[in-house]
Amino acid sequence: MTAAAIVTLTGLAKRFGSVTAVERVDLEIRRGELFALLGGSGCGKTTLLRMIAGFETPDQGRILIDGQDMTGVPPHRRPVNMMFQSYALFPHMDVAANVGYGLRRDGLPAPEIARRVGEALKQVRLGDLGERRPAQLSGGQRQRVALARALVKRPKLLLLDEPLAALDRKLREATRFELVRLQEELGLTFVMVTHDQEEAMSMASRLAVMDKGRIEQVGPPHEVYERPASRFVADFIGIANILPLDGGRAWLALRPEKIALFAARPDTDHAEQGRIVDIAYEGDRSLYRVGLLDGSLLQVSTANTARIAAAFRRGDDVWLGWAADAGHRLDK
Amino acid sequence: MRLVIALPYAWLGIFFLLPFGLVLAIALGSAAPDSAPPVTLGLSLKNFALLLSDDLYVAAWLGSLRIAATSTLAALLLGYPMAYAIARADPRWRPILLMAVILPFWTSFLIRVYAWMGLLASNGLVNQFLRWSGLVGDPGTILGTEWAIHLGIVYAYLPFMVLPLYAALEKLDGGLLEAAADLGANPVVAFLTVTLPLSLPGIVAGCLLVFIPAVGEFVIPDLLGGTGTLMIGKVLWDEFFLNADWPLAAAVAVCLLLLLLGPIALFQRQQARSLERP
Repeated sequence: MTAAAIVTLTGLAKRFGSVTAVERVDLEIRRGELFALLGGSGCGKTTLLRMIAGFETPDQGRILIDGQDMTGVPPHRRPVNMMFQSYALFPHMDVAANVGYGLRRDGLPAPEIARRVGEALKQVRLGDLGERRPAQLSGGQRQRVALARALVKRPKLLLLDEPLAALDRKLREATRFELVRLQEELGLTFVMVTHDQEEAMSMASRLAVMDKGRIEQVGPPHEVYERPASRFVADFIGIANILPLDGGRAWLALRPEKIALFAARPDTDHAEQGRIVDIAYEGDRSLYRVGLLDGSLLQVSTANTARIAAAFRRGDDVWLGWAADAGHRLDK
Repeated sequence: MRLVIALPYAWLGIFFLLPFGLVLAIALGSAAPDSAPPVTLGLSLKNFALLLSDDLYVAAWLGSLRIAATSTLAALLLGYPMAYAIARADPRWRPILLMAVILPFWTSFLIRVYAWMGLLASNGLVNQFLRWSGLVGDPGTILGTEWAIHLGIVYAYLPFMVLPLYAALEKLDGGLLEAAADLGANPVVAFLTVTLPLSLPGIVAGCLLVFIPAVGEFVIPDLLGGTGTLMIGKVLWDEFFLNADWPLAAAVAVCLLLLLLGPIALFQRQQARSLERP
C-alpha cells in the first residue's frame, strides 16, 4: 500500500444470486485524484462504487478508506459522500435545506450551517436559488444541487455515479470542466462512474476499464489509449484496428489516426494497398473504411483541416501507411 | 357530452341535496307524535337550541369525537407499520398482502361486527384464551365497554388507513433513503426526516377516512358498546326510533354533517394538492 492511497480495495467480490457483479477486484485510489471507473452497463462499476459507499456488502474482500477498514461500517458512518445518478434530492425540502441536510446530521450550529450552505451554493453557481424546491429547477440546476449537497461535508472521498448522464450534450461538456475545476480547487478525491469513455478520458487523472466484474486496466488516459492492456480495452476505448500477429497468438492495436492515406505507395515503415469502402464525415474529421486486398477492413481517420472537399472518394484505390511504432502489441 | 356533465350533478341533487333538504325541513319543524309522519313543518330553531343546551347531546358529541380520535390514532399506529411492510415487501408479494388487507370486505360489515360480539362476550373466545393463558386472572367482560368500541372501529376501518398510507409509501423513492444515509442519517433519523414527511399526504388521507365515518358510527357502538357509551350516531337512532322525535333526530343529523364539514374540506384540499403534484 502506498502512502498516498485513500481507498484500497483488496480481493473485492460481489454476487447477486447467480450473477457475478464484481469479481476479485484489487485497486488503489490515490489522494487528490479524479479517478474514473469506466465500463459498459453491467460491468460492475456501479456495484463497486456502491460497495465503497456502503450500500452493498461485499461477499469477499476488504475496503480501506484512509487506512480504516470499512467492513461492517454502515453508510451513515463512512467518511464518503455520493452524488447519485438520479440526484435523489429531497422533494419536500428547498435547495438550502437539501444542501444543509448532512450538516444538520452532524449537529452543527445553525449559523455555521447557513454559512457553509451559502458557500457550497456559490461554488456550484446557485447562489440565489436557495429557497427553490427541486421541482422548480432545471435538470442542470438539480445536478448542481446534488453536487453541492455531496460537497458541503468536505468528505475524504466524493463518489459520483454517472454525474453527467442526465444532462444534454452541450451542458455535459461545460459541466465536465466545472467538475474538474471544483475537484482541483477543493483538493478532494473524486471517484466517478461513467459509461462514457470520452468523459472518463477528458476528466480523469487515472481510470480503470472494467468488463464482466473485473478491472481490465488501470492507468492515466493516454496510457490506456496508447498502450491498451487487452483487445477489450483497445476496442472499448476509442476505435482500434486489431490485426493478428504471430499467426494469431498476439495482436496489433492500431488507432485510425495513426494511419495515413496516400494516392501512391508511400515510403512509410508499413504500406498496404486498398479501396475506400465508405466514408463517415464527422465534421472535424472523416473516418474511412478501407478494404485491403486480403479482404480485411481497416479504419483510418483524417483531420479535416481544410474546408475544401476531401481528396479521396468512395471507391478510390488508395495506399495506407503507418510507422513501425504506430501500433501497440497485445498479448490477450 | 352535456349529459355526461349533468349526470354527477343529477346524482348529487337526487341523492344528496334533496334528502338533505328534507332532513333540514324536518329539523326546523316540531314533533307531532300522533300524526304520520310525526312532524309538523315550521321554521323553528328550537331543536338546535335543545341540542346545544342539553348536556346529554353535548356529551354525546364530545364522546363521539374522542372515541373517533383515539380509534383513528390507534388505526394509524397499527396501519403505518403494516403499510410500510407491504410497500417494502417483494413486489411479487404486494398484491397478495394488499388482498389480505381488503379481504374482510368480502363479508358483510354487520356480520363481522356480530362476530366480534361472539368473540368478546364474557365466555367468548377472547376471554377463554385469556383465562387459559393465565395472563389475566379475571379478564372481565370486554363486550359492552369502550374498549370494544375502539376495537370494532379500528378493525372495521383499518383498510381505509392502510391503503392511502401504502399508496404514499410505495411511491417513495428508495434512493432518497440512501441519500439520507449517505449524508449521515441513521435509519431512525432517515425515517423521521424523509419517509415520514413524504408520507404525510397518506397519513392525512388515512386519518380522515377513518375519523369521518367513525364520528357518526352507529352499528359498532350499538352492538359492541354498553348502554353507558354515548356516541352521536346512537343518540340519533334513539331519537328517531325510540322517542319518535323526528325533528330532533334530523337536527342531530344536520349538526353531524356541519361538524364533519371541516375535516371533509381538509381532506378535499389535501387530495387536490396531491393531484397537483407531478
